[in-house]
Amino acid sequence: MEIRRRIVGIGSPRELEDALRAAYYLADEGLSTAAYLALALGKPLLLEGAPGVGKTEAAKAIAGVLGRRLLRLQCYEGIDAAAALYEWNFPRQMLALRQENAQTDPVDIYRDEFLIERPMLACLRHPEENVLLIDEIDRSDHEFEAFLLEFLSDFQISIPERGAVRAYERPAVILTSNRTRELHEALRRRCVYHWIEYPSPEREMRIIMMRASGVAEKAARAVVAAVGRLRREPLAKHPGIAEAVEWAEAATLLNEQGARWPEAFRRSLGVVLKDEDDLAYLGPRIDTILAEAGA
Amino acid sequence: MDETSAIAHFIGFTALLRRAGFAVAPEQSMAWLAGIELLGPQGINDMRRAARATLAPAPERIFEFDALFDQHFLGATPPALIAEPSLDEPLRAADDLPAGPEPIFGDESHESGEKATRAERLAARRFALSDEALLLRQFTRALPLHAPRRRGYRWRTARGGAATDARRMFRDAMRNAGEFVKLRRRKRRSRQRRIVLIIDVSGSMKERTQSHLALAHALTHGADWAETFTMGTRLTRITRALRLRQREQALGAASMLVADWDGGTRIGDALSAFLAIPRFAALARGAALVLLSDGLEFGDPSEMAEAVARLSRLAWRLVWLTPLAADPRFEPRTAGLAAARPFLDRLGDGGSLASICDHVLALAREKAA
Repeated sequence: MEIRRRIVGIGSPRELEDALRAAYYLADEGLSTAAYLALALGKPLLLEGAPGVGKTEAAKAIAGVLGRRLLRLQCYEGIDAAAALYEWNFPRQMLALRQENAQTDPVDIYRDEFLIERPMLACLRHPEENVLLIDEIDRSDHEFEAFLLEFLSDFQISIPERGAVRAYERPAVILTSNRTRELHEALRRRCVYHWIEYPSPEREMRIIMMRASGVAEKAARAVVAAVGRLRREPLAKHPGIAEAVEWAEAATLLNEQGARWPEAFRRSLGVVLKDEDDLAYLGPRIDTILAEAGA
Repeated sequence: MDETSAIAHFIGFTALLRRAGFAVAPEQSMAWLAGIELLGPQGINDMRRAARATLAPAPERIFEFDALFDQHFLGATPPALIAEPSLDEPLRAADDLPAGPEPIFGDESHESGEKATRAERLAARRFALSDEALLLRQFTRALPLHAPRRRGYRWRTARGGAATDARRMFRDAMRNAGEFVKLRRRKRRSRQRRIVLIIDVSGSMKERTQSHLALAHALTHGADWAETFTMGTRLTRITRALRLRQREQALGAASMLVADWDGGTRIGDALSAFLAIPRFAALARGAALVLLSDGLEFGDPSEMAEAVARLSRLAWRLVWLTPLAADPRFEPRTAGLAAARPFLDRLGDGGSLASICDHVLALAREKAA
């Protein structure tokens, strides 16, 4: 196992946590340890958690800290190799062949210029410039997961016309899953794993103060309390961190335009609860929740 | 403590985890050791976080994992009670994954007693095939062709395909001096959709339960991937039992698993339990879901409607077949079924096996409601 103790000058989870904070992402110790170990051991990082806890944001922040470009591969049902790996640029290959004649040298139509790189190939070929984010892997088919397993174990893919492409150093790969279905055990085993929880009230409060512009501390505290209550309700879609930040901002905006406090929260509710069933389910109780949250 | 004994101590923890039922692969142990070395083995919390990250316990078992960690490294009391499921667990769901010894039922091939089995087979032959058995046999045969299908991952060349097969055309063109001679097409290979059957085994469905299970058995053997659950006062997965080839054996094994025959029905609870287990809920995603129940709900009808609504969002089609609908004047009157009605793709006649078979085979043909 190849171990790199320092990555871009970061030599411990604590230093990574500080660097992430500078990139406007507040990681807890568990996440920073997992991310540091993944980078140091050259293993993929698998982040699981409810929707909206900041899995994709974490990937963005890590890419930012490393000073690399984030290549995002959004998974969906039916995703295939042409979307994930590579595709040949057939029209260009054809044109090149047509232009070829007796005077010119024969064209190699399998050169790089005819290859359209998709995220996974791009990351293999330039591991020092990129971070690969394979987002919402639980949405893809089982076949794709199996294929991914192969890719993640030796960081190699084969292009029939060209032979195998292998990464000369282990690339940084981050996978996220909303856990709508269980991932294959072998895939979990390959990865360094972290389950992202909803943040503690204090931490969510700090996130809101850091991310939102000009939100008063009192408003942020109320939002955190209310959102915490909502997450305990059996809703179809629980509010994530992004929703909490947006709610604080939206309510502050309405408040500046003259709406009184509880009213400002009430009117901007569409920012947090985006499901008709959920709104109907909470019904009049939403006022009590807001009142208890100190809004 | 010298280095080897320290490593032995760490490896001892992974052995402890395995004994407690955590799946820990050797490469994970290696990664953990490497992690400890990286972080420097000063703080116990660093070690714990490294263990969590590299040994990847499932989030539901994190407390158990931590307790084992404390036991091994801090000498805390062993977590004897944690592993036990609490008695008043709200989800009354049972899985048929092998928890102990294999079921006593063998699948056809007995090592000894071959003569006896042959005699039994002869005895079974002597019965004329009943109408029901004949119907189910036809059903099993019809499934490969008529079960609902979904688009698959892989492509295959096909004359009427929707996309051009550029790669293949290009290869052909090479052979013809760069000229395209023929337009090649390809399409996505199709696969059978999963069919999930949920059978109501409560008292009000008593007379039909046996034939419903027989139908589930026929479905399991005809379709590429069928899953069967029973619901009454609890939810039980019986797919594995039904995979036994011989029907009598399969039904026998299934009835051993089900603990709530002929009881009351709490459909809402049972369906919520189904949804609450991610692994079960994932089975419903994109699947054709068929509910065999009369919809007589003892629990809260609004909870049932809520669960049905969530199921309909997960499943590709949600069909409810009730024996009450055999009467053409049938209208869903019970509060539960009436509330659930808007979320169903179809509410149909489940009065006879023939009509249930027809409904399942018709799934592939009809457009979404």
